[in-house]
Amino acid sequence: MIDTLARRCLDGDLRAVARLISLLEDGDKGAFGTLAALKQRSGHAHVIGITGPPGSGKSTLTDKLIGEFRASGKKVGVIAVDPSSPFSGGAILGDRLRMQGHATDPGVFIRSLASRGRLGGLSKATAFAVRALEAAGYDIVIIETVGVGQSEIDIVKVADTVVLISVPGLGDDIQVIKAGIMEIGDIFVVNKSDRDGADRVVREIRAMLETQAMLKRGRSVDAGPDTLSARNAEILHHGQNDLRPETMPERADPFGLPPVMKTIAETGEGVPELCREILSRFEDAKASGELEKRRQASIKSQLKDLVGWQVMDYFVDHEENGRLDNLARAILTRKIDVYTAARELFSALIKGEKQ
Amino acid sequence: MERKIRVIVAKPGLDGHDRGAKVIARALRDAGMEVIYTGLRQTPEQIVQAAIQEDADVIALSILSGAHNHLFPRVVDLLKEKGADDILVFGGGVIPEEDIPFLKSKGIAEVFGPGTPTSVTVDFIKTHLKRE
Amino acid sequence: MSESEKLEKALQDWNAKVEKSIAKYPERKAAFVTGSNSPVKRIYTPIDVGNKDKLETVGLPGEFPYTRGVQSTMYRGRLWTMRQYAGFGNAEESNARYKFLLAQGQTGLSIAFDLPTQIGYDSDHPLAAGEVGKVGVAIDSLEDMETLFGGIPLDKVSTSMTINAPASVLLAMYIAVAEKQGVSADKLDGTIQNDILKEYVARGTYIFPPTPSMRLITDIFSYCSKEVPSWNTISISGYHIREAGATAVQEVAFTLADGIAYVDAAIKAGLDVDEFAPRLSFFFNAHNDLFEEAAKFRAARRVWAHIMKERFGAKNPKSLMLRFHSQTAGSTLTAQQPENNVVRVTIQALAAVLGGTQSLHTNSRDEALALPTEASVRIALRTQQILAYESGVAETPDPLAGSYYVETLTDSIEEGVLAYIKRIDDLGGAVKAIEQGYIQQEIQDSAYAWQMDVEKNERVVVGLNKFQVKEGPPKGLLRVDPSVGENQVAKLQALRARRDNAAVTAALEALKVAAMGSDNLMPYILAAVKTYATLGEVCDVLRGVFGEYRPSVMF
Repeated sequence: MIDTLARRCLDGDLRAVARLISLLEDGDKGAFGTLAALKQRSGHAHVIGITGPPGSGKSTLTDKLIGEFRASGKKVGVIAVDPSSPFSGGAILGDRLRMQGHATDPGVFIRSLASRGRLGGLSKATAFAVRALEAAGYDIVIIETVGVGQSEIDIVKVADTVVLISVPGLGDDIQVIKAGIMEIGDIFVVNKSDRDGADRVVREIRAMLETQAMLKRGRSVDAGPDTLSARNAEILHHGQNDLRPETMPERADPFGLPPVMKTIAETGEGVPELCREILSRFEDAKASGELEKRRQASIKSQLKDLVGWQVMDYFVDHEENGRLDNLARAILTRKIDVYTAARELFSALIKGEKQ
Repeated sequence: MERKIRVIVAKPGLDGHDRGAKVIARALRDAGMEVIYTGLRQTPEQIVQAAIQEDADVIALSILSGAHNHLFPRVVDLLKEKGADDILVFGGGVIPEEDIPFLKSKGIAEVFGPGTPTSVTVDFIKTHLKRE
Repeated sequence: MSESEKLEKALQDWNAKVEKSIAKYPERKAAFVTGSNSPVKRIYTPIDVGNKDKLETVGLPGEFPYTRGVQSTMYRGRLWTMRQYAGFGNAEESNARYKFLLAQGQTGLSIAFDLPTQIGYDSDHPLAAGEVGKVGVAIDSLEDMETLFGGIPLDKVSTSMTINAPASVLLAMYIAVAEKQGVSADKLDGTIQNDILKEYVARGTYIFPPTPSMRLITDIFSYCSKEVPSWNTISISGYHIREAGATAVQEVAFTLADGIAYVDAAIKAGLDVDEFAPRLSFFFNAHNDLFEEAAKFRAARRVWAHIMKERFGAKNPKSLMLRFHSQTAGSTLTAQQPENNVVRVTIQALAAVLGGTQSLHTNSRDEALALPTEASVRIALRTQQILAYESGVAETPDPLAGSYYVETLTDSIEEGVLAYIKRIDDLGGAVKAIEQGYIQQEIQDSAYAWQMDVEKNERVVVGLNKFQVKEGPPKGLLRVDPSVGENQVAKLQALRARRDNAAVTAALEALKVAAMGSDNLMPYILAAVKTYATLGEVCDVLRGVFGEYRPSVMF
């Protein structure tokens, strides 16, 4: 039994798709039912995450990529995420502006989402929005977000391919070294590569990727981690020194290191190559089973998130009926300690208590 | 959780004066709404497609070039065509008072002239939503 | 005690007295600010002006650094040009309005073009629907230009054209019309606005991206320096930046930063600074705060003079002089009680004259409602004439010089401007600052702050948030006949059928090749317009080669 909204989505009714995404954003229970009805379509789309600092030209690059994908006959959905104001809860979503040229192309669907309180992260609804677009028949779904806060971590849970964008001359060449960010990129792009310093950024990123690969393998040429870290320190400080061949580890990784590509999104230079790289990596990942493994991991992660959110919702209810306030008072007056209180709440949740 | 009101702020036609549109966008954000700012040189088709994809509740049109009588009704007509006429449409800018009855007859809910406080616009949206 | 010590003591005593009195009878407001929210002190005295070398900083009119004006005699020699911006509908209607204004005593023409023309679209382009003839005159080809200036001798009249992205094309058409009148290009007097940087930031009628736009601009500088030597090749504009919400300091800072970018570009293109700088001109806003505005103009002249001399090494005194046109601030005029706008415009025009403007446009009272009627625009013109002939302010140059308040304001505006210019330099110049959205953000923030001040009643706008009346709808506004659009389309079709299309195609092809290379494009554009290639056709060739600009918007 399939509900009307689901039917309309499958038929490609854009209003229905848009409505479904909104309902998912609002946490409407019926909407999740609709998604369930659409589960046969899940997994069909190639989900691409694009992230980078403000000013890196993500939206322009996304706009050009849309053109490339369209030229090869694929339908493209885009989810552009922007932060909500922590003060008012509102947001100005301006990424669409750069892609409005595609607004009237029936094969393109662009949706702006506000992060709604997830500090710098993706909207909770992003993953669901992807599923909705997938169900409506979009072959490629691009998630575009600013690389601040936890958005990169969120994006890797949802995307099959993650593209990280850097720009030369944004003041700080090592912007890419944020905790964990080097690990999640499948393809690195240096945009606005006609600017001074572009080649240096490319070299620095390559050097860091190599370091990271070495650290992962735990290999060092001489004995002991000290030598390795000393060498790493040198690389980090003098990125322009190329690693000499004899210090490079064997590349057991079948795909080698992630590519570092140059683009000038404004003019479209480098974009067809980027598009080809994205598509071919995807095909390779499918063929080798990597994609399956990755999606497995990301679904597990989403499951954990969803359960966690349900637990939080439960506590919001308790907030409303005063139980948390009572517990807090009891803790502060030392009638109960905070750990016991937490365990009690959790058991109540498990037992399904409403009060 | 209170539903967020989603508003498209658009400048149809060739007019490039966006001070008002940007001020309105900020004011609406500060009032807790989600504003999709589509910028300059929007055709009615682009505006309506954006409104549909964004599941917008409101379309706010800003124009100072005198082309409102042609462009505003186009937006409303397209919304009707696509079965989306439950979206609230209003306008602002340099629009002579004597054109307002015509615009309203074509489905523009209200026209806010120069000097309208942003709070008036915010309240209008909150009290005139056509959906839910 | 010395003079200044006596003064210090007197001031101290005075302040003490005032504070005592304020405790009982508070001042009207807690904080007094200028129109741009700069603080205004309780009193200004010689102490504020200090011991600066007056000759060096204030000087004399016509002498570096030109604080007091760019000509020695200023309005004693010649009054400012009264140049009302006008144009609407088709070329015939506008031609009639120009003749009316010239007959009423206007001393220069200022052409307003419609939006499709400003953005390089013909009247039959899909994006032109509803826009033809609305905010200015529709010009699709040389034919329209000939009608526009029919019966107006181009060797006797100076013409300013508010055109930016396609300025080269309209200038070429003007030159071609003059040729047909038997007037050679070297006799032509006028200005093209030709300032693309402010389009990206405040006005929106851009076509091409920054780099090719700068090429077109420097091509014009170079061409005119030889062929049209009396022509002002650019009007570096702050008017629109101010209208978009900037403060007085930001208006000057961003304008001069743009100016620096243009001079840089021209020098990079191989021009000698003294070759083109004498023909650079500026366009500023004349806003509400009388003293701040007058001080602003003085500060702008001083800062630019130093920039041209020290940063660019210009030697010709004419290269150091900031000559400017000004327009009263349209955004301050209200739709409520429009007759009040005549009073506002008078004060703003006075500020421009006290600030030493070279030419002036005064807005009409119906500014917030529609384009002006003949009656409204006549009042606006009379405002200038009354100032010139009855008020006495034109009888001696820079009459406000020496005012403790005005000199202090001049200095502090200069300081603020220099700080912004340094910041923009640090970002890599105006073009980079615009790419990064820095200038746009500053303007937006000021605009929002102003709006909030008005809504909180911290800034009074008479008739709007104070002294309101209940009014009926205004009557007698100008309406542009909607058939203008259809008629232009018909004219275009007839033109395309009549002209030698082979010649058009050849000329456009030659232009395309030149655009892909590095030749000066003016001769090719001139050749093309003479074949009656339309504005849209010429611009489409350039669009094909240069691409189109995509704005960046940050909030």
